[in-house]
Amino acid sequence: MAFSEKLLQEILDKYPSKVQKNRKKHIFIKNGELESQQIEANTRTIPGIITNRGCAYAGCKGVVLGPIKDMVHIVHGPIGCSYYAWGTRRNKAHSEDPTDNYINYCISTDMQESDIVFGGEKKLTKVIDEVMEIFNPKAITLSATCPVGLIGDDMGAVAKVAEEKYGVQVLSFSCEGYKGVSQSAGHHIANNILMEKVIGTSDLEKAPSKFPINLLGEYNIGGDGWEVERILEDIGYYVVSVMTGDGSYDDIKNAHVAELNLVQCHRSINYIAEMLEKKYGTPWLKVNFIGIQATVETLRNMALYFDDEELIKNTEAVIARELARIEPVIDQYKKICEGKKAFCFVGGSRGHHFQNLFAELGIETLLAGYEFAHRDDYEGREVIPTIKTDADSKNIPHYMPEADEKRFKLKISPERLEELKAKIPLGEYKGMRFDMEDGSIIVDDLNHFETEEFIKILKPDIFTSGIKDKYVIQKMGIPSKQLHSYDYSGPYAGFNGAVQFAKDISMGFASPTWNFITPPWKDQPLLEGKVTEEGVA
Amino acid sequence: MLDCTPKEIKERTSGGMINPAKTCQPIGAMYAALGIHGCLPHSHGSQGCCSYHRMHLTRHFRDPVMASTSSFTEGASVFGGGANLKTAIQNVFHLYKPEVIAVHTTCLTETIGDDVPSIIKTAEIPEGKLVIHTNTPSYVGSHVTGFSNMTKSMVSYLSASTVAEKKEQVNLIPGFVNPGDMREIKRLTESMGIEYLMFPDTSGVVDSPMTGEFEMYPEGGTTVAQLKDTGNSKVTIALGRFASSDAAELLTKKCRVPATVLKTPIGIKATDDFLMALRQSFTVEIPKELEIERGQLVDIMTDTHYHFHGKTVAIFGDPDIVAGVTEFVLSLGMKPIHVLTGTPGGTSNSLTGSFEDNIKAMMEGTGIEANIKSSGDLFTLHQWIKNQPVDLLIGTTYGKYIARAEDIPFVRMGFPILDRSVHSYLPVVGYRGALRVIEMISNALLDRADRDASDDDFELVM
Repeated sequence: MAFSEKLLQEILDKYPSKVQKNRKKHIFIKNGELESQQIEANTRTIPGIITNRGCAYAGCKGVVLGPIKDMVHIVHGPIGCSYYAWGTRRNKAHSEDPTDNYINYCISTDMQESDIVFGGEKKLTKVIDEVMEIFNPKAITLSATCPVGLIGDDMGAVAKVAEEKYGVQVLSFSCEGYKGVSQSAGHHIANNILMEKVIGTSDLEKAPSKFPINLLGEYNIGGDGWEVERILEDIGYYVVSVMTGDGSYDDIKNAHVAELNLVQCHRSINYIAEMLEKKYGTPWLKVNFIGIQATVETLRNMALYFDDEELIKNTEAVIARELARIEPVIDQYKKICEGKKAFCFVGGSRGHHFQNLFAELGIETLLAGYEFAHRDDYEGREVIPTIKTDADSKNIPHYMPEADEKRFKLKISPERLEELKAKIPLGEYKGMRFDMEDGSIIVDDLNHFETEEFIKILKPDIFTSGIKDKYVIQKMGIPSKQLHSYDYSGPYAGFNGAVQFAKDISMGFASPTWNFITPPWKDQPLLEGKVTEEGVA
Repeated sequence: MLDCTPKEIKERTSGGMINPAKTCQPIGAMYAALGIHGCLPHSHGSQGCCSYHRMHLTRHFRDPVMASTSSFTEGASVFGGGANLKTAIQNVFHLYKPEVIAVHTTCLTETIGDDVPSIIKTAEIPEGKLVIHTNTPSYVGSHVTGFSNMTKSMVSYLSASTVAEKKEQVNLIPGFVNPGDMREIKRLTESMGIEYLMFPDTSGVVDSPMTGEFEMYPEGGTTVAQLKDTGNSKVTIALGRFASSDAAELLTKKCRVPATVLKTPIGIKATDDFLMALRQSFTVEIPKELEIERGQLVDIMTDTHYHFHGKTVAIFGDPDIVAGVTEFVLSLGMKPIHVLTGTPGGTSNSLTGSFEDNIKAMMEGTGIEANIKSSGDLFTLHQWIKNQPVDLLIGTTYGKYIARAEDIPFVRMGFPILDRSVHSYLPVVGYRGALRVIEMISNALLDRADRDASDDDFELVM
């Protein structure tokens, strides 16, 4: 059924008045006739409202740093934070030298009560010593958890001493869980330091091959990054670095030599993209490898940017080859999916991107939202200057480097840049609202209460979200697919990913298991008889 | 796999963990609180804690795990979380309508020293509703400690001695086990014809049936009335020293209910001990059906002893589970040569006892020289195994990396199991559970033997 402002108000009316006032600003129904529709985002979740959001530590260590495979990541804090970010995000990694890959390791200072009382710096120093002795890595990260900032441990000072002692980089991230209002704060903290301390620290001045690019905001969940790299390398691009899926410290140091930065997850990495442009003059392109048409369009946009005949030819050849291969397969699955309705609620960018895949399968997205996005992810980057800072966002450092005197170089002429900007999303992201249909619902920081209410009214056929609400939704008899971890499947990016996604989503609909929910005795009376004129026979 | 782990063991003195075998208190408190009927666990701290705990519990049980959070910001960390908790309590009762909110703290709120009981006292709580709390500093103990603390708080908040003569009923504290285990412990008690109160009881909560409707508060869980009545029981049997003895001890002090603290009843000896304790406390004979179950178990143990005897095993996990499993594999004639828990080990003069001493005592007379460690990590366990290989590894999902690295058959047991399903529905406790453990161990060993056999040695009958 179509959703109306009246129905929305009925849901909101069930809230206590203060909550209602707040939540009202986080939800709107898309109306294309309006030039803009403002949403409130990246603000505090009200205590007690069951949210899917996590913390700054999760965004910093869990999302951005964790996937870098050849650094040892030490978590300074009690054991839990380190433990939960261990192998739970499916950021796959491969190393030619397996002794230089720490992806399956989880290292924590395991702070005890005495460390809280007397300070944990000495313990952290000792843990670094042991890590150097056992693993001898080329670099280390230190991530702070809540108590670290509260007790005033100076991780930066510990890191500095260790750097001098061992001659390797030891990066310190003040990503205490209480900072900001969600994981988003942690992304920013991680971005700042990777930019300030790692990117551009190698001696490399020129990429060893033509068409060098960085792939930013691709975390290689379920092998997504590998599929994207397969396609890009097939066409003739040279991938300098990926941030940060299957990421490598050595590669990230070289990121300055790329001639174009691709931004997949806008939310988590747009800071680095902007900083790279400022420091080295490298433009960034908003790409999307989720969805067949989105992938095709992205590849054509990239080719247009580099404007090389051979590259354009290769691009079209690869597109033609891949489409011929996968379209017949997808068509099979489309028959199962056509006409279905979806809710799509994911973290920062997938809530938008996966709507493409749904559309290609004939599935309409009725409701979408992000867990920790900012207004620009909904409304487009043009609103950035109008976003007000508040007490929470003010506390997150905003780093912006100066142009690198030696290495700053315009990759294309300003005229050409302007010309391209009219055609392709260079330095531009239009946000989720732009692509959504009129009448669809956009919700920021969707909570448990709203999840139940919207499901009752709109009765979606599938709900893509995360692990915490997966089984809530399935208990209602609705298939739910995790789009954070892909239900341990994948890849879902690129051409092969589209096929895998179509297969997995179809499986959700086609599974005979849903048919058994109602037991036979519920539909059949215990006593069977017929009513005669005299009564029951 | 785990190629950065060297064989050579160098002593580590930092106190840091590499590949931990424990997590922090709050998740245990959250799990225990789910065992109260109509209860919404509440995490007083940053959002990330609540999110991580719900994520992990959901992955283990594959069922909804509902909990709310105080959603701390930097401001709340500076000025205290009183306002956050009070707002949360108000919103939770308005919106999610639980009978009980069970608040647990986090390292954040413990470090800043939020006085949770005082905050609760000034919170708006609707009539007939309850807010209880427990302190779960993440920098003390482990998830097992958190479970124990929340269970203890159920006693301190609710248990009351209100009758002159104690009732003919037993309090069963099952410890940090799966709902399948809790059901089995109840079934054993029922077949003895003994009235019982089990708390916490997550059966019917995190193994709820598919009905096409989501119930925020499923049918299971110990009711508040039952929790109050635990003070009137004749005796408490606490299963699992680390998870259950504190609550039992408090019941003795607060309501004069005598306690028997036993091992988690994994394996034949521990199950015998449990049934004998019930038998002695209530002067009832073990029913025929349980004697038959025991006989069937012994039958299988003797019939298949050659599959197990002399095989070496490494066991890790939570102390109560590891203690039970170690005792049982010894009963099967196996050799547990590496035994490790991540949880700090307890002291020998407490009800909990010392983990290391308890395991050492089991080894007495067996001639086995075992590595035994509490507060250990999986890096240590892996190095032990590199130096003294084993035929079998038993532990949580996290063991799969070591099992692959060293190519060892692997049996998943304990919490968490994130990569297999059904485990939380079926017991490992009791005689039936012991049969299941045997099946798991023998499948792992024999599948491996089949895999490794040459065509010439490949056998139909084993």
